Amino acid sequence: MTPLWRYGRPALVLLLAGLAVGVPLWLVAVTSAKPQAEAIEPNLDLPRHWQPAANYADAIAEGEMLRGFLNSLLVVVPSVILVLVLGAGAAWVFARRKSKLVSAAYALCISGLLLPPAVITIVMELRQLGLAGSRPGMIAVYTGMYLSTSIFFMTGFIRAIPTELEEAARVDGATPSRIFWRIVLPLLRPVIATATIMVMLYAWSDVFYAFFVLGGGDRATLPLNLYQVASAQLYLNNWHLVFAYVVVMSLPMVAVFLVGQRKIVSGITSGAVK
Amino acid sequence: MTDTVVQTRKQPSAAGTPKSVGRLPRAAVHHPWWFALPAIAVFAGFFLVPNLLNFYYPFTNWSSYHADIAFTGLDNFRTIADDGSLLRAVRTTLLYALLAAVFQNGFGLVLALLLEDDSRFNRFFRAVFFLPVLISALATGYVFQALLDQDGAVNSLLGTDIPWLGSPTWTLVIVTLIHGWKWMGLAMLIYLAGLKGIPGDMLEAARIDGAGPWRTFWSVRWPMLAPAVTFNVTTALIGSMNTFDIVQATTGGGPAASTEVFNIYMFRIFGQGLYAQASAMSLVLFLVVVAVAIPLVVGLRRREQML
Repeated sequence: MTPLWRYGRPALVLLLAGLAVGVPLWLVAVTSAKPQAEAIEPNLDLPRHWQPAANYADAIAEGEMLRGFLNSLLVVVPSVILVLVLGAGAAWVFARRKSKLVSAAYALCISGLLLPPAVITIVMELRQLGLAGSRPGMIAVYTGMYLSTSIFFMTGFIRAIPTELEEAARVDGATPSRIFWRIVLPLLRPVIATATIMVMLYAWSDVFYAFFVLGGGDRATLPLNLYQVASAQLYLNNWHLVFAYVVVMSLPMVAVFLVGQRKIVSGITSGAVK
Repeated sequence: MTDTVVQTRKQPSAAGTPKSVGRLPRAAVHHPWWFALPAIAVFAGFFLVPNLLNFYYPFTNWSSYHADIAFTGLDNFRTIADDGSLLRAVRTTLLYALLAAVFQNGFGLVLALLLEDDSRFNRFFRAVFFLPVLISALATGYVFQALLDQDGAVNSLLGTDIPWLGSPTWTLVIVTLIHGWKWMGLAMLIYLAGLKGIPGDMLEAARIDGAGPWRTFWSVRWPMLAPAVTFNVTTALIGSMNTFDIVQATTGGGPAASTEVFNIYMFRIFGQGLYAQASAMSLVLFLVVVAVAIPLVVGLRRREQML
């Protein structure tokens, strides 16, 4: 390695990080602390007048943020749990059994990795089922959309686990459900961590499907709220409030990532390249 | 895995195939179907059925203006073909997907190569470059709108007055750059894993044979990265055909509909109450994705085997 590259590489990394990630984040941070008059033409200057507390309080109150937060939790958490538990059950069968029917069912179930969800007819179907605009409807749609991903990753993972553990438990007289809950699920922990973060990431920031299924109103999730307030007159050019909202909305994801960083990184990478 | 195969073959085979024996095959006892049924039911009910319905409703007059839904044949397709939106959406979406995939993979690969060694410095900056993945696409869009607006931060920084998001030709490129920016952290992680998977003695051998860094990259590392490339390119292309948030938050499909991808069109037309027409566009998106995905997956898999 040449000496130039030895010092050049970290310098280049710093430069890239500063320009590509630092500048946008800095813009968000400073703008969210400015009064409206300064924020109307966004720039990278420090606020002349600091008022982060007032902005965040405004964003939380006017943007109905607490309600949005609760709404987001109420659809994202059940979706993630369903995707993981249902996905693990299916993956177990798909990984361990061998027949044409199983392969066909597996192929069908992972087709969602590539195919786009038919969002317009989803609305139609949910209306007929009486689930339009409801949380169960939204949960069902998210679960259907992300099951393919979890089944794909988990089936690959289970295939790599030797069957001896299951067999030993079976010899001891354990039923299939007992084996599933006590042996298979705990072994799946690394892939569960990855699937959790991926599904959370997509569902937490989704605005497209939430718009079609939930619409606006009482059940709007955080991003949907942000979209509505940012497009409404109230927030037009109110960058200070939009960015205060962005910060609060992004914090949970950043926190989840920081807590599970190592597992997430190793999970994403091991699952993908197989 | 081989175990189960052996076991099922050990079933009493006197009556021919194991399945035809009165007793349930062992696989069915040990891994019963009902574990898979809930997942299959939800997936079929809320993913496959809507996609099947999507082959019917585009041929009706379903909208907020009719009380009933009647079959109207190809009317909706004729409408979107005649007003030019069909061709425009196909072209814009394919171009978007292509550019977004190029940028996302290019950025990701460069970052992976820069941050390859496992030092503390590099681990920290990997997390930094992963941050955009964690920020919602909608928020990303707003951030870049504030940066690139004509009254925005970039122009005030450079002292220029360029309408970054106002050019019917170049705005699509800028929006796809933003898309690439948002997802480059994920591509980076996957390339890092691919790089880590290359056996050390292979690189050692290349070094002993006198290969420089460039030669090593093109002759050893790039071919060995094939599975990571397959995964990244496929997910980037397919994922970006489903894009919505970034485009909506930066341009809303404009200027002059030059960034109106499928989902933006559906969103707009659905908002006007023309449900069947939106559904027709959704069916076209489905067909385009299938038409791109199948040759892509087959082709990249073949490339993996050849390299």
